[in-house]
Amino acid sequence: MNRQDLQLLTDQAKEKKNSCKHTICVCCGASCISSGSEEVLKKLEEEIKSRGLENEVAVIPTGCMGPCNQGPLVKYMPENTIYQKVDCDNIARVVQSQLIDKKPIEDLLLFADSREKPFLNAEEDPFFKKQLKVALLDCGDINPETIEDYFTRDGYKALSDVLFRMSPEDVIAEIKHSRIRGRGGAGYPTGMKWETVYKYVSDQKYVICNGDEGDPGAFMDRSVLEGNPHRVLEGMAIAGYAVGASKGYAYIRGEYPLAIKRFELAIKQARKNGLIGNNILGTNFSFDVDVRIGAGAFVCGEETALIASIEGKRGTPKPRPPFPAESGLWGHPTLINNVETFAGIVPILNKGGEWYSEIGTPKSAGTKVFALAGKINYSGLIEVPMGTTLREIVFDIGGGIQGGGTFKAAQTGGPSGGCIPAEHLDVKMDYEALVNLGSIMGSGGLIVMDQQSDMVDVARYFMEFCMDESCGKCVPCRVGTKMMHDLLHKICAGNGTRIDLDRLEELAVYVKETSLCGLGGSAPNPLLSTLRHFRQEYESRITTPGVKKELQPQS
Amino acid sequence: MNAGFTTLSTELPKTDPRVKLLNARIKKEHYRPDALIEILHTAQNAYGYLPLPVLAHIARSLNLPPSRVYSTVTFYHFFSLKSKGEHTCLVCTGTACYVKGAQKILDEIERQFNLQPGQVSADNQLGVAVARCIGACGLAPAVVIDDEVQGKTEPAAVIEKIHSKTGKP
Repeated sequence: MNRQDLQLLTDQAKEKKNSCKHTICVCCGASCISSGSEEVLKKLEEEIKSRGLENEVAVIPTGCMGPCNQGPLVKYMPENTIYQKVDCDNIARVVQSQLIDKKPIEDLLLFADSREKPFLNAEEDPFFKKQLKVALLDCGDINPETIEDYFTRDGYKALSDVLFRMSPEDVIAEIKHSRIRGRGGAGYPTGMKWETVYKYVSDQKYVICNGDEGDPGAFMDRSVLEGNPHRVLEGMAIAGYAVGASKGYAYIRGEYPLAIKRFELAIKQARKNGLIGNNILGTNFSFDVDVRIGAGAFVCGEETALIASIEGKRGTPKPRPPFPAESGLWGHPTLINNVETFAGIVPILNKGGEWYSEIGTPKSAGTKVFALAGKINYSGLIEVPMGTTLREIVFDIGGGIQGGGTFKAAQTGGPSGGCIPAEHLDVKMDYEALVNLGSIMGSGGLIVMDQQSDMVDVARYFMEFCMDESCGKCVPCRVGTKMMHDLLHKICAGNGTRIDLDRLEELAVYVKETSLCGLGGSAPNPLLSTLRHFRQEYESRITTPGVKKELQPQS
Repeated sequence: MNAGFTTLSTELPKTDPRVKLLNARIKKEHYRPDALIEILHTAQNAYGYLPLPVLAHIARSLNLPPSRVYSTVTFYHFFSLKSKGEHTCLVCTGTACYVKGAQKILDEIERQFNLQPGQVSADNQLGVAVARCIGACGLAPAVVIDDEVQGKTEPAAVIEKIHSKTGKP
């Protein structure tokens, strides 16, 4: 395929799409599938056929639309009307009223059970209104299992532009100009990373997409891979061109079978169309991608451990330097970026680095995807500009606390992050602000907790996680997390003393400072942040009757 | 000759369809040692777990020391050296599910079946396990029973579902 062929395919796909007056999107993200959306899709297709509407109404399965706990979701385009909790029984009614009578069923509209007046156009609902979709763009609007649907959104145009109009230096300059930072959590400037890999001279370089989303409570990468896999693939190919790599690996968690299936399908379709493989679009640039499936080890999200895992070994980290940019996969220069970072590359190149750099805060440009979950009314997947306050996310978008409870804290960054208490609800969320509060941005999991949540137990829960997931290579992490867990367990059980608390704080610093990799280095974070913001909960535990009993002389 | 050595040298039956599947995958990966994890995934899918003779076979095929294969298997949570049971009940203990009461579900399972995470019932009918996070946080608490996700579930509903799968009261 050459450039003209791509243009032709794009035009054909768009024409075909426009020939249908209506499109009905059925959310087939993992969450909605669990709620039964595949049966709804089947039933809907039958319904449309039985009414003889198949030439004017297209029914497509899509990726995640966002409000996951309201599923299964069905969206009517171009009206942008979303129906929630659709099942095989009420789907016929929805078709009749929406397509034939043109009178939407109010009580089935999105958030009909909780909003006084639900919105006919979902974009006007506060849940969507405050969002800005960049990485999630088109996710929930296109069928992730066909490349034609991706063509209707100018798919692979950015790759074609890059190959024919830009030098690798130009691409890197544009990415640097956009000021995008790594969305995996640490926030290292992506453009600088690309430049470093580009500068190393080697006959073989690699691009790795990190989809080992191990943080409990995070499902951003899964949704992007499930909803728009071609976008990630295109981003990887562009990265390959920019840094001079000819081979890419996508490392995806074994727990995400649907994401693996759809990404593998995307690779197959792109390969068939000559959009990855040898001599892409007739140029002398070649780039191919393989999927590697994770096997359930949290530490493999760390880049050097991930590389070891791709090499078929135990996923244990290595000291850095050398960084993967210099010596990564099989000792070659390797670029590793997160799924969400790769998903952001195509919009940046299509709309320009300038456009992206103007979104967000001075130090953190662009948007961030968050996975909202916990005791919140509307849990699901959202994308907001950096600098959006926590209050806007929890109350405006998330609809407040479930069951009329009070907000106690939001946990970000999973086992490596910390809690943000109610007094900081107005914090503008970006990399630096969260670090100042003792948490981290992390990959984007945001768990909301209400007044019933026991913060000492939350710290114990995350410490148990880190203890189990420690790879055991270095002593501070292997032994330290175990010691801290035991102390936390003791305090939770009401048997803790002041000495235990002091020891815990001392240990936390040692483990943080001396661990080999980020797992140990950040394992004390949930403990330190709950101590910082909810110290009284620890204090009240160690002065409770359990301790007094211990102090009394044995009779 | 001790038992371990016998295990290492046992040839797998060539007519077993599972062995054919495994060998096809090994061949597809060109006997490359770095494909070890992919091949282990295939083996576990075929057998349900990873029996020692299978590991020995993989080690021979990829020209790797059996210790390398064994150490890799034991490193990753996904791989299991023991049968996981005819039916599996996987309780998600990710943060969202934890906040929404995954422990209550585990407690009820233990009360009803006397099984803790990682254990399999004596008749091999039911295996109970926990997952770090299955990524269905919007549906918390979530439980996966025989690959079927039960979202926003409750202890009683989980027990009922397990009964319907195992066919016991």
